[in-house]
Amino acid sequence: MNASHASADTMASPPRRHFLKLLFTLFGLAWGGMTLYPLYRYLRPSGPTTVMPTVTRVSAGPAEALPEGQGKNLAFGNIPAIVTHTQDGAFHAFNATCTHLGCTVQFRADINRIWCACHGGQYDPITGAVLAGPPPRPLAPLRASVEEGEIIVSQEPAPSAQTAEQE
Amino acid sequence: MGIKLSTQDLYAWLDRRLSLSLYREQATKKTVPLHRQTFWYYMGGFLLVYFVSQVLTGALLMVYYVPEIQSAYASILALNSQVDFGWFFRSLHSWGANILVLFLFIHLFSTYFMKAYRPPREITWWTGLLLLALMFGFGFTGYLLPWDEMAFFATKIGIDITASLPLIGEELALLLRGGTELGQGTLSRFFAIHVMFLPLITLPVLGLHLLLIQLHGISEPRWFQKLPADKQTHEAFFPTFMLKDVMGWVVAFGLLAILVALRPWELGPEAEPFAPAPEGIKPEWYFLFLFQLLRILPGTIGPLEGEHVGMLLFGLAVAGLVLMPLWDTGQSTWRSRIAVGYGWTLLFLFVALTIWGMLW
Repeated sequence: MNASHASADTMASPPRRHFLKLLFTLFGLAWGGMTLYPLYRYLRPSGPTTVMPTVTRVSAGPAEALPEGQGKNLAFGNIPAIVTHTQDGAFHAFNATCTHLGCTVQFRADINRIWCACHGGQYDPITGAVLAGPPPRPLAPLRASVEEGEIIVSQEPAPSAQTAEQE
Repeated sequence: MGIKLSTQDLYAWLDRRLSLSLYREQATKKTVPLHRQTFWYYMGGFLLVYFVSQVLTGALLMVYYVPEIQSAYASILALNSQVDFGWFFRSLHSWGANILVLFLFIHLFSTYFMKAYRPPREITWWTGLLLLALMFGFGFTGYLLPWDEMAFFATKIGIDITASLPLIGEELALLLRGGTELGQGTLSRFFAIHVMFLPLITLPVLGLHLLLIQLHGISEPRWFQKLPADKQTHEAFFPTFMLKDVMGWVVAFGLLAILVALRPWELGPEAEPFAPAPEGIKPEWYFLFLFQLLRILPGTIGPLEGEHVGMLLFGLAVAGLVLMPLWDTGQSTWRSRIAVGYGWTLLFLFVALTIWGMLW
């Protein structure tokens, strides 16, 4: 009797052991997940995950204060921006965040280009196109206009907004 | 009825409770090989001194530092100019960090070329590499805390590099930055990481690193092991090596004090988030090789962005260091030679890129 009992136990125990191991692992994973998920959510900042401009238009000061062949940095709400007054007499504005690694660019009159001090990237002051250095993309454009002698920097209408208007 | 308590009695009392003799016996049994490369055995001790100094000076700085973006810079300014010896303890901390990293590199390469990573010391090697990474973490997070111009942009670049990593990059950058822009969220997080999270991780890793050295004893170079037994000289760890080590610590701390006295650490202008990045911006020298690599790579290489290629190269170099103990186990001469070649290549690239970055 006893012998047959023992053999039945040994036959039954491997699946039971596997089952218990599986249960234990699942419990461990569930417990780990329950611990880590709130931790991750706690540490993750709430709010938007991309930079949303907090303004739609700002003044960059009187137009006569920025002569041709010059540029200046300003805050476009929470975004660093740059305005250039090029030799052709036009004003141009861009998001001043370098597309390489996020430094703030500046205008350099001696080379007549927008320049980033961090890794030497250079951009065209009219189009924002990359002219030299490591930046992978042109500067994001903003719109510059002169209204009553004042430089106004505003958001370029987004492409989707344009199509919406056309419809 | 006076109670006479001698030191022997005190020792015996403590011994019964703490088993002191056990450790003492171990310490006297332990020996350190004595040969022409023994000098490099002192580097770890130097690092320990610098680490302890960082912990103590760091704790002292916390007394005056305010981790808030309107006040952080001002609090360091006040520390430098109004608090007695404020400049001294801040300089000890800043210089100490740099010296610590310098000696980490010396320790890394000297143990590498002496092939101390070979079995059974793989875990000692890996905990060492982990400690190096942790110290880089300390350097990166601590650099931002004074909230000056250089720190602001150096951190911006550092986080953007993180953001450029595939898949998890953006999420990781968001967690580090504490928002979409560098600001109070970032400063609070970096402060917490610098003074709490990193120390909590570092202490057990450092403990394991030191424990393993006690378990395995100090690594002996292959050429030393091949010497006839009577030519292999050893000295007792306690007290002979220990006392020399303590003298080394005094020299190490003296070196730091000289730097602090002659060139107190500076503080640049305060960070202005909307001002352009300052001309001549450079990271701390120990990140300069990476900075220079990213600067010389073109914007795009084939289908990849230049910065990704740079990170990939860096990742491969680190992976080589991590995997080396598994590859060069001491069984094969050609593998050993390649390991040496790999070490010299890394050392050369590191030094060359750093100097190039300084002269740029």
